[in-house]
Amino acid sequence: MRHHLFEWKEGLLIALNAIRANKARSILTTLGIVIGICSVALMATAINGIDKAFVEGISSLGADNLHIDKYAWFSNEDFFLMRNRKNVTMDQFERFKKLAKLPLAVAPTILTVHKVLFGDNYVEGTLMTGTTDEYVRTTNFNFGRGRFFSPVESNGARNVAVLGSEVAAHLFEKQDPLAKTVKIDGIPFRVIGVLDKQGSTLLGNFNPDNQVYIPIGTVFKYFRRNRDTVTIVVRAPSTEMINATKEEALGLMRRVRGLMYDEKDDFAINQQEGLTENYNQVVGVIKLVGLFITGLSLLVGAIGIMNIMFVSVKERTREIGIRKAIGAKKRTIMGQFLTEAAVICLIGGLVGLLLAIGLSMIINKFLPTSVQMNTVILAITISLLTGIVSGLAPAWTAAKMDPVEALRYE
Amino acid sequence: MNIINLENITKIYQVGSEEVHALDGVSLKIDRNEYVAIMGPSGSGKSTLMNILGCLDTPTEGKYDLKGTDVSDMSDNALAEVRNREIGFVFQTFNLLPRATSFHNVELPLIYAGIPAARRHEMAEVALSSVGLKDRMLHKPSELSGGQRQRVAVARALVIGPSIILADEPTGNLDSKTGEDIMTLFHEIYEQGNTIILVTHEEYIANHAKRVIRLLDGKVESDKQVANHTVPARGK
Ligand SMILES: Nc1ncnc2c1ncn2[C@@H]1O[C@H](COP(=O)(O)OP(=O)(O)O)[C@@H](O)[C@H]1O
Ligand SMILES: [Mg+2]
Repeated sequence: MRHHLFEWKEGLLIALNAIRANKARSILTTLGIVIGICSVALMATAINGIDKAFVEGISSLGADNLHIDKYAWFSNEDFFLMRNRKNVTMDQFERFKKLAKLPLAVAPTILTVHKVLFGDNYVEGTLMTGTTDEYVRTTNFNFGRGRFFSPVESNGARNVAVLGSEVAAHLFEKQDPLAKTVKIDGIPFRVIGVLDKQGSTLLGNFNPDNQVYIPIGTVFKYFRRNRDTVTIVVRAPSTEMINATKEEALGLMRRVRGLMYDEKDDFAINQQEGLTENYNQVVGVIKLVGLFITGLSLLVGAIGIMNIMFVSVKERTREIGIRKAIGAKKRTIMGQFLTEAAVICLIGGLVGLLLAIGLSMIINKFLPTSVQMNTVILAITISLLTGIVSGLAPAWTAAKMDPVEALRYE
Repeated sequence: MNIINLENITKIYQVGSEEVHALDGVSLKIDRNEYVAIMGPSGSGKSTLMNILGCLDTPTEGKYDLKGTDVSDMSDNALAEVRNREIGFVFQTFNLLPRATSFHNVELPLIYAGIPAARRHEMAEVALSSVGLKDRMLHKPSELSGGQRQRVAVARALVIGPSIILADEPTGNLDSKTGEDIMTLFHEIYEQGNTIILVTHEEYIANHAKRVIRLLDGKVESDKQVANHTVPARGK
């Protein structure tokens, strides 16, 4: 055992010496590994960030919610056929709500897009959700200021608005938005609440941070016709109860919409699960492509290392002969060159990692993320492995050299 | 007891379609604490013989007993161990590691033998002192003269206490004065009880030995004791 340790220490020393003696060459060779490991680390970090953003986004939408809709989110059904379905109306919502026993909360929603203005500041194309007071119980909203609208405000179709954090920040900058009047497509609304930052940039405009919430009656008063289709958001009492809640909703909706037993559903009950599946499919492809590209850049790096190790073995033929003459075994020589390749790759890997940490700070501006510990461990492991794999063939060439030939080499 | 016993050693190299008999039935016995010079014209097989004696190479045919153990068909690893423990090489071209200090060059066989650091340092220092280079321990080969380099090589050959010292034209790259110094060193080593086998072209170098073996075309041409071998003047 001690044998191996001494030999290995000697190998490490030789490796560092050799790298020092050929600085320029070592740096150029290592560059491939630096880039390879940097891209591995960045890819892992970006994927971490996307996953994190998705999970946060999903949970800000409410994890245990069902969305009863005329349209299915993910299906192969023809969009135009779905369009010909009857609308999900407020009347249907009222009857559904009265009959449903299981849900924790039920709320109708309707989405519209508007220009929201305060003083000189405005946000074009803001997504506005019209809903009832009960909607807030289907979400995990936290309020920075104020509150959601009350049953009275909801039923009375008052001109009140709750703003997402981004919208509020944009319109009011440093002012307190509470009790101020904003104009939505020119119509005045009193701000009664501002949401805390909810989370996910991944959701884009669907992110609550970028939205405005007003009573659904108010939407019908100014922006939409009474018969327009709504989405009914249903919150299950718990994750375990989702399926039961869905079963109940299915039966009730068929009844409410007057479907005969042999008629197909003419509505959809959408779930995040579908969203997650869809996400995994799309991001899965991105991950695979990323893996392939980073793998390719690592391969290029590894070939560079292999190349330079062959040169190094050739140059040191005589040294190998000397070492063998005084008692170095095959495995000693093998270990020496493997160590050298591993050390070069490890140094390259560490530099690449540092580079990735620096670059991730830039990525962080667009996608909240940072280099995780497991990414660090992954990068170090991969760089070591790359070194060992790419050093294998050159090291074997060195190990099996004939000592007499090697000593004669000029 | 014979430390070396060669029986009918043959070494054949295949060069193209032709077979070169570098050694052609060499039989030899060498005792502990002998001082042997091997002579012969260029191409007579001296280096080939030394390589086989030093376990760097194995014979095509024949039997080689080193300290009573047959080494003619040992594995590469076993041969490496024999070289490490039993053989000390001194080469014409010194063959030191250029980037390593004298100390590290001398320490190297001890590393491969798995000797702990403290003991290694002690042994390497003793070996370098014995060749008069205690004050050059941290010099690299490029910072030493030819004679000094060869002394480092001798220290490296001696450091582990091998059974035989093999020197292939150790003075071939040195001027005659420095060559004489190295021969004095060999004489001292011999007097300490070591077994030395050296290859040389020069009669006056061979005269330091007590026995001269002459090779011709891969065969032993003559094997004689030297009547009045040179005893170098003491005192450096
Ligand atoms: N590796 C080799 N391949 C082919 N022929 C060799 C090889 N090594 C030595 N020889 C031949 O064997 C013979 C003896 O060589 P060598 O032992 O080096 O002679 P010396 O050292 O006495 O000059 C020479 O004819 C040489 O050409
Ligand atoms: Mg020769």
